[in-house]
Amino acid sequence: MANRDIPNQEILLEMYKKSALAKINDENARRVIMNGSLPMIYYSPRGQEIIPAAISVNLNDTDSICTIYRGMHDMVCKGIPLEKLWGEYAGKSTGTCKGKGGPMHITHPETGCMLTTGIVGSSLPIANGLALSYQIKNEKKVCVAYFGDAASNIGAFHEALNMASIWKLPVVFVCQNNRYGEHTKFEKATSVAKISDRASAYGMPGIHVDGNDPIAMYNAAKTAIDRARNGEGPTLIEAMTFRFYGHVFGDQDGYMDKEEKSKAMADDPIPRFRAWLIEQAYASEKSLTDLEEGFDKQVKEAIASALSAPWPELDELDIDVLAAAQH
Amino acid sequence: MESLNTQITTVEAINSALADAMTIEDGIILLGEDVADPEEGGVAGVTRGLSTRFGDSRVRSTPISEQAIVGAGIGAAMAGMRPVVEIMMMNFATVAMDMIVNHAAKLRFMSGGQTQVPLTIRMATGAGLSTAGQHADYLEAWFAHTAGIKVVTYSSPAEAYGLLQSCIFDNDPCIFIENFIAYAQKGAAPEKNSRIPLGKANIVRAGKHVTVVCYGPQVGVALAVAEKFSAEGIELEVVDLRTISPWDKATVLESVKRTGRLVINHEAVKAFGVGAEIAAVVQQELWGDLVAPVRRVGAPSCPVPYSRPLELAFMTSEADLENEIRLALK
Repeated sequence: MANRDIPNQEILLEMYKKSALAKINDENARRVIMNGSLPMIYYSPRGQEIIPAAISVNLNDTDSICTIYRGMHDMVCKGIPLEKLWGEYAGKSTGTCKGKGGPMHITHPETGCMLTTGIVGSSLPIANGLALSYQIKNEKKVCVAYFGDAASNIGAFHEALNMASIWKLPVVFVCQNNRYGEHTKFEKATSVAKISDRASAYGMPGIHVDGNDPIAMYNAAKTAIDRARNGEGPTLIEAMTFRFYGHVFGDQDGYMDKEEKSKAMADDPIPRFRAWLIEQAYASEKSLTDLEEGFDKQVKEAIASALSAPWPELDELDIDVLAAAQH
Repeated sequence: MESLNTQITTVEAINSALADAMTIEDGIILLGEDVADPEEGGVAGVTRGLSTRFGDSRVRSTPISEQAIVGAGIGAAMAGMRPVVEIMMMNFATVAMDMIVNHAAKLRFMSGGQTQVPLTIRMATGAGLSTAGQHADYLEAWFAHTAGIKVVTYSSPAEAYGLLQSCIFDNDPCIFIENFIAYAQKGAAPEKNSRIPLGKANIVRAGKHVTVVCYGPQVGVALAVAEKFSAEGIELEVVDLRTISPWDKATVLESVKRTGRLVINHEAVKAFGVGAEIAAVVQQELWGDLVAPVRRVGAPSCPVPYSRPLELAFMTSEADLENEIRLALK
């Protein structure tokens, strides 16, 4: 990433807030799973938070995202309300989806969280459709499709990139390359060293960026989102990162390179960003500690509220399967 | 203006249903392989003239990328449009099943009603043209087995017009099944912007001895068979389901309660087909009223064959239906 333009203080702090909130939210998710108060299937995005933080500060409220089962950080950075998010994690009637979708299908259109899919690669073709609507209606809106490195090997990725390119759709494809697809190393499953190189096959720019570097990631995000918004078409961003807690939380990650993992965790991008902000005098230690404590309190309140909320009524089985009668 | 005596083909009826709907609502867009005019308006010419009339932003020929086509339709529908996507052949929907089954069908439920997918997916099929095993399957049962989508087909040009209009303006994803052989079929022109409600069957011929439940081109077959039986003093009641799923249980049960006999007639493979579900429900609900076991006409469990004699043996016929009716009357 050649562009090292440092955004202003307000944007830097906004990026830190988003990534710190996602990190704290994840820490609490793992805590309530481990202590047994909220057993759920959970795909921790811990370690990948800088990517959606940098994307989201470049998006408007009316822009949208389509994400995947490991997408909590994407939605927290986009602004999904925590109480509703946790209500959904708990399967309660207060959840975003009334408890009917769960952790793998969180949806909240009010904040632009249009889709969470549990199917690898399926966020991309649907993001194209949202972008197609924005284009036809000339709304100057952008849709971001998030996905992992393994999704670049499924057909939907290739079909979606091709279609987005020929139609110059206002979409940004953000690959969070966390080095593993389920249990298989990226190199073993992928024919190219850089997924961003695949962009050239579809006639669009490909940006390879350190997704754990807030400044580089910010510039990559801005370039791609501006391009989409200006009607110049899609971009593929490959943001290099690492997932700290395996494929599904609780797996023994015996398939992981131990040294790679411990090195990545020791190099946690969020404490690094935090230290840099203090060192560069963008924020004081105290102000960030206060912020983090406030986030932790908010998350814990959201969890408490979710745990005490009512379950959905059983008649929900028949509701939302089809539309209520229109005529 | 068309008079009631005007005859049009099914292709013309579907084309006008699309054009008339697009005239009313800007949010209706068409996506599919070859659907725009430079590509000749689709392999069967169903969308001919529409890109010229409504512009190439709203009518787009796509790459051969069924996942991307249906995905684009889903996303645009979620954003408030009413896309109509064409999957050239029903068998090609197999490569888009993730988009149809995991996404279009389920997003309303999984989002707790926050998002919806008012998408129509048109797809054509039909054995009888020697197109063999990958271009002529009847896969309606696959879709009917998935909650969250409606499955619709028609028995005449006017029915095609009215049912397609309803699909387009419906807030759920609809699979609209077309038939290659029946594309050239002529019939009375529909009234402009007329809609036929989804989920309601149509009793196309009243009778008191045997109920025949069918849909699509099989309605015509059943009517021809009914004429034959009528000459013998046996009156068939022919019920056109129109919407295969969710099916109109009330109309079917009411009819079979009166006649006491039911034969279900479809071109799809008989085993695990739509007829199996209808038979199961009818036998459970009307056990005491049935005077004969429910019988079914359907294709054998075999891929659609190529060779003409094999294909003819595979396809259901008037004789098959007649035979099952005679067995029901025994």
